[in-house]
Amino acid sequence: MTWLTWRQFRAQTLVTAAALAVLAIILVITGRQLSHTFDATVIGCRARGDCTAAINSFQNQDTQLQDLTKLLMYVVPAVIGIFWGAPLLARELETGTYLLAWTQGVTRGRWLAVKLVLTGVASVATAGLLTLMVTWWYSPLERVGAGRLTPGEFSQSGIVIIGYAAFAFSLGVAAGLLIRRTLPAMAVTLAIFVGVQLAMPFWIRPHLIAPLRTVSVVKAANSVANVGTGAGTGSRLLVGATTNMPGAWIYSQQVTTASGNTNLGPSPAQCGPNYGYNACQATIIRMHLRNVVVYQPASRYWAFQWYETAIYLAVALVLAGLCWWWVRRRVA
Amino acid sequence: MTAVLETCGLGKQYRRRWALSDCTLDIPSGRVVGLVGPNGAGKTTLLHLATGLLRPTTGTIRVLGDPPPATPAQLARVGFVAQDTPTYAGLSVADHLRLGAHLNRNWDARLASDRIERLGLDPAQRAGKLSGGQRAQLALTLAVAKKPELLILDEPVASLDPLARREFLQILMEAVADQQLSVVLSSHLVADLERVCDYLVVLVASKVQVAGDVDRLLATHHLLTGARRHPVTLPEGQQVISASHTDKQTTLIVRTDGPIHDPAWTVSAIGLEDLVLAYMSRNAPGPRPALEVQR
Repeated sequence: MTWLTWRQFRAQTLVTAAALAVLAIILVITGRQLSHTFDATVIGCRARGDCTAAINSFQNQDTQLQDLTKLLMYVVPAVIGIFWGAPLLARELETGTYLLAWTQGVTRGRWLAVKLVLTGVASVATAGLLTLMVTWWYSPLERVGAGRLTPGEFSQSGIVIIGYAAFAFSLGVAAGLLIRRTLPAMAVTLAIFVGVQLAMPFWIRPHLIAPLRTVSVVKAANSVANVGTGAGTGSRLLVGATTNMPGAWIYSQQVTTASGNTNLGPSPAQCGPNYGYNACQATIIRMHLRNVVVYQPASRYWAFQWYETAIYLAVALVLAGLCWWWVRRRVA
Repeated sequence: MTAVLETCGLGKQYRRRWALSDCTLDIPSGRVVGLVGPNGAGKTTLLHLATGLLRPTTGTIRVLGDPPPATPAQLARVGFVAQDTPTYAGLSVADHLRLGAHLNRNWDARLASDRIERLGLDPAQRAGKLSGGQRAQLALTLAVAKKPELLILDEPVASLDPLARREFLQILMEAVADQQLSVVLSSHLVADLERVCDYLVVLVASKVQVAGDVDRLLATHHLLTGARRHPVTLPEGQQVISASHTDKQTTLIVRTDGPIHDPAWTVSAIGLEDLVLAYMSRNAPGPRPALEVQR
């Protein structure tokens, strides 16, 4: 059975291995340069002080490769689900070759188990190698970026892509088994996978670990915006404050009064255009406004990575088990 | 001698439709069994139940004295060629033989490669590029080289041209003779089976209509012609399978174990095809006389 699985999967394996090898060569060469540039420009300027210019120019290094690696990290799990997962059983069911396979001297349970394990391991290994290369290559850029815990960056590094790949693969296999036709199974796999990938950062990941909440007294407003609040109370100004939490994933940030009311800054009369900057700041400080931040600290990056990977792997295993049960009990 | 296929009240239901119901058979071993019936009669369902691809909804089935194949040891005893003889289009002929060698413990590599050579198939050829006849031969080779005791073939010749049909059946019969196989093969055409079968099962509308030794079936069925008689009354022990009437003449197909003595009938032997058609048309959907008297 190992031989048959290898024979059926040989072409894809070789193509993937070749693509990973080419990518490895490109990333190793450019990655070393990137690392040198980082040491020379950003590290150097930090000793002198202001780094904004140096960081900006560093972030503009290898933009095409940056885009490519980003794209790969998003697309590779989906491609694994669509092209390795969905056809794995759908093609056998569609062309009737399962009748040939299941009447040889190997039980269909074993037939499926070998197929699932070998192709599944290949999927996970592909994702693992990809993230190993990309995470290493991207690490200097990540140090000047928005922080790897933020939703836009989170899936661009670390181990979650291994979970994504395993899930996409199992999802494709299950869709192929239930739909029994390759093309519709591919389409359904893509649709569900994209849906889950969108739901994860917005609805699921924020609840995996309870966020932290800090309240600090506003010492200086970095912006004062004019906000009208209906007649009677008169208009009040909205105060903005900066939060300096490098790499944190900030859920919300609000400036409130000591009693918790929002949108109650100084009145325009105290802080208007013809009022001095310093006087305005003094007024704001006298109001004892609070800056309330709900966030996940950067230190939780690996906790989130492990949680999310575990969730995806668990779902992948459940789907694979379902396929195994279905093939042994229901299909044919 | 154990039966190759023994079923009792066997039935298979798909959602609301019964594909096979109340099927009771006892087919002795060493036979070439023809399973005939129109398309959709339940032939494939019965064969898939026998290969263990399907599980019955009701009843029991035993294949070669055991439950249908589910373990490697049992799977090795039954060879199967599915309808339309599926093969892996992207794999070469040689790959298919390697597949057989890897998946079957009793695989006879010499037998397989000899057959491929004799058939004139190019081992490097992809199965997807083979003709229908060649693909059927490849599928048969796979099923035969695993050295089964029972070979089951589902409509093996349905999609073949007449020449390929004859060639396939001929090679099948050679394999049967060489290896002492029991064979069950299905077809919706009696003509395909007439030359090779010595046991016949007629399956119509998910039910077994008749089953038995071909010689015995032919000996117990008679074609009766005589002056028109309606309704027909016959002595006990004589069962009318089909009756047709013209203005002057009545033609009957009758099943009986004894001789027919009534001088009013001209008794003649019946061909296998007519016999099968008689059973098939008994259940053929269509206008019935009852419709005329309903008003």
